[in-house]
Amino acid sequence: MADNPNAFDTVVLGGGPGGYVAAIRAAQLGMKTAVIERDRLGGICLNWGCIPTKALLRSSEIFHALQHADAYGLSAKDVSFDTRKVIERSRKIAKQLSDGVGFLMKKNKITVIGGDGHLTAPRRLGVTKEGKAVGEFQARNVILATGARARSLPGLEPDGKLVWTYKEAMIPEAMPKSLLVIGSGAIGVEFASFYRDMGVAVTIVEVLDRILPVEDNEVSAFAQKQFEKQGMTIHTATNVKSLKKNKDSVTALLEKNGKTSEVTSERVVLAIGIVGNVEDIGLEQTRVRVEKTHILVDEWQSTGEAGLYAIGDVVGPPWLAHKAMHEGVICVEHIAGLNTAHPLEVKNVPSCTYCRPQVASIGLTEAAAKAAGKEVRVGRFPFIGNGKAIALGEPEGFVKTVFDATTGELLGAHMIGAEVTELIQGFAIAKTLETTEQELIRTVFPHPTLSEMMHESVLAAYSGALHI
Amino acid sequence: MPIELLMPALSPTMTEGKLAKWSKREGDPVKAGDVIAEIETDKATMEFEAIDDGTLGKILVPEGAENIAVNQPIAILLEEGEDQSVLAKLPKATMRNAQTPRAEAKPDIPPKPAAPPIARSPEGVRAPSSAAVGAPPAQPADGRIFVSPLARRLAAQAQLDLRSITGTGPHGRIVQHDVEAAIKRGPPRTPAPTTAGPAVASVAPPAGTVLSKGQVFALAGNTPYTEIPMTGMRRTVARRMVEAKTTIPHFYLTIDCDIDPLMRVRSDLVEAGGTKLSVNDFVIKAAALALRKIPRANASYSDEAILLWNEVNIAVAVALDDGLITPIVKNADTKRLPEISAEMRDLGARARTGKLKLAEFQGGTFSLSNLGMYGIRDFAAVINPPHGCILAIGAGEQRPVVKNGALAVATVMSCTLACDHRVVDGAVGAQYLAEFKKFVEHPAILLL
Repeated sequence: MADNPNAFDTVVLGGGPGGYVAAIRAAQLGMKTAVIERDRLGGICLNWGCIPTKALLRSSEIFHALQHADAYGLSAKDVSFDTRKVIERSRKIAKQLSDGVGFLMKKNKITVIGGDGHLTAPRRLGVTKEGKAVGEFQARNVILATGARARSLPGLEPDGKLVWTYKEAMIPEAMPKSLLVIGSGAIGVEFASFYRDMGVAVTIVEVLDRILPVEDNEVSAFAQKQFEKQGMTIHTATNVKSLKKNKDSVTALLEKNGKTSEVTSERVVLAIGIVGNVEDIGLEQTRVRVEKTHILVDEWQSTGEAGLYAIGDVVGPPWLAHKAMHEGVICVEHIAGLNTAHPLEVKNVPSCTYCRPQVASIGLTEAAAKAAGKEVRVGRFPFIGNGKAIALGEPEGFVKTVFDATTGELLGAHMIGAEVTELIQGFAIAKTLETTEQELIRTVFPHPTLSEMMHESVLAAYSGALHI
Repeated sequence: MPIELLMPALSPTMTEGKLAKWSKREGDPVKAGDVIAEIETDKATMEFEAIDDGTLGKILVPEGAENIAVNQPIAILLEEGEDQSVLAKLPKATMRNAQTPRAEAKPDIPPKPAAPPIARSPEGVRAPSSAAVGAPPAQPADGRIFVSPLARRLAAQAQLDLRSITGTGPHGRIVQHDVEAAIKRGPPRTPAPTTAGPAVASVAPPAGTVLSKGQVFALAGNTPYTEIPMTGMRRTVARRMVEAKTTIPHFYLTIDCDIDPLMRVRSDLVEAGGTKLSVNDFVIKAAALALRKIPRANASYSDEAILLWNEVNIAVAVALDDGLITPIVKNADTKRLPEISAEMRDLGARARTGKLKLAEFQGGTFSLSNLGMYGIRDFAAVINPPHGCILAIGAGEQRPVVKNGALAVATVMSCTLACDHRVVDGAVGAQYLAEFKKFVEHPAILLL
């Protein structure tokens, strides 16, 4: 095999966070590895998702802080921004990280094949670029990591000009005066926060009865209150019936409880979920099963077709880069027969949303725990009771923990407020190590930190919080 | 490819054993059938024979090591043509399958500990999963059990002995999933149908009843003591007796038997130069024949049905230096007294030297315990699951009795039947004892 440059131990189709991490792990374990990527290494996450949006949100966060400099005893005059520069910074960061992935590929001696890959047989791949064949490759193992893309619905199709997807929303030529965000999941509310903090009039429409519908009820309610305080308009339990495009604006026909109304905004961003990229990759050559645009896999990411695996967004929720990375590692370690390989515990996968205030959670919501028949003990602690939060000038938010009343298992944790995305890992470790409330109560959290609220929340569920 | 020799399961209840003796040394040639080692189980000491030819490459468990879990590697056998150098490569085999699809991948041979191990009684029946096989030994010999806090609490709530659970977490750590799986499998509340008891010993005595060594010492007012290490047999006795006493509704019936006729027959036989039979031999035969008369007493309880046994196999308790064992007189109802007597002598002798074979203490349907030789007048025995009854025999002693309206002296033996009320009701037990008494008091029938 060493003689054939087109034969590999493992070929990964897709160089996103799941794919490139799988490739690195495979190379670390001694496999001859290749990655096929049609665009840029790092995938959506690095180029058009997690990273560039965090760059944008950092700009809007600082802009917001500067406008409130007075609250900190500072003065900042003529605070303004240059949209082009804000976008440029975001793009530069994305490029820097994508280049970094290229470097990691080189360092690990991973072959990067540019082009569109498709299976010609279960473990053979053809690659084409702009219609021309690049080559044929064979592999002992193929890992499909083709990711997902924005969902569109009839009547809600993006045009890239007035009606955006995440991609256009990330590189506006100028700030619109108003923006309609359709869908209030993580992607929707992050854009809502960015544009609102940049001074745009933002309206959110959500078809379900609350925003951030996968989060705990109390988090959804708190987020809505905060967003409305910031000046956003939010319509829940509301359908978008149609979008009428005007010259430089869009009029949306909304329907709530049978009553219709109209909202006109300069731009619309669609954030109504995603669909898996399962087309044009030759799945018909295999026994791979696809359900609702997602590839079915077992706990080792195996598709059931020998040597053919799938990871990340293309296999289904939660659609999170860190989930994809772990699946990549699990899959490769399983292929290598490593004893330490272990299937992913979905209940231990945290999720983070970088709106303002930030949202982070892990495990079951209180409602989900009760629906699962568990008797729960719930603790809450508000930011207003935490010294560091007050010193930061961020007294809004709370930490909520949900325990199994019988066993003391930490079933879930739900946080909203400043920097909670950096805190959630503490509960992820706790859950992975299977601590009970006792270990958490005995853990010494440093003072003064926001993390003390995590401790207090556990105390609140049991012996009683100390600082409230 | 070197062959791993694993700790064998020498009885259905065996979850761990002691490596009593290595009969071969490292470097010794081994032929199939050769005795490699002697293994001490909760029941007996048994010989461990080689199945393959080769050379004993490496001993992984030193002589005298205790609590070695079933299926734990104890030695490496080198095949013909292999030398010691292959051993060096074994522990690092993790990448061996890197170039092959998982379909062909086999679990790697785990790193071998040099020190005495290891897993403290994982369940014997659990087939090692690919993840578990490769995991390093779960629990070190110092008694520390690696277990997540949540798993520890779940096990305590379910009254599961952590030592009975195999950990599948990192480095063999017991995690939530393992305890939940053990709970789901369920404790063997209904004993398995062997005299040797439940196949899997995952039920510990209820948590509240076992005090730690420190607690016992403190409660006894810090009295100085000598420590006797817990043997496998001791643990088994403890576990099974707690299980029996706490889960089986016992009731007791006592009957007095006049054994003067039996004693006369016995001495006649000796005087006539016949076989010397013990009182116990007669009792075994009488107990067996009575079971044929009252089959409901030869029965066991199960979750689905009461099992009436078609054979009469009497398990006879034999005291050992440290514990007891119950060898079986199979089909005792069909055997002649001299046969029963010879068999009992042989079984008793081999039980005391730990040489009983598995089949010889497995398969009883009814138990017998005799403390007459110690002068005990009568006593109530604990049922030996899954048996429905145990008959406790007291000493044959001269007592004043009333015969035909007059005081007389007779040799009387008091016998107490302990019954599992789920299987045997009072009337059945009483009928059984009446039949038993008839046979004992009319020993001629026993000689037929």
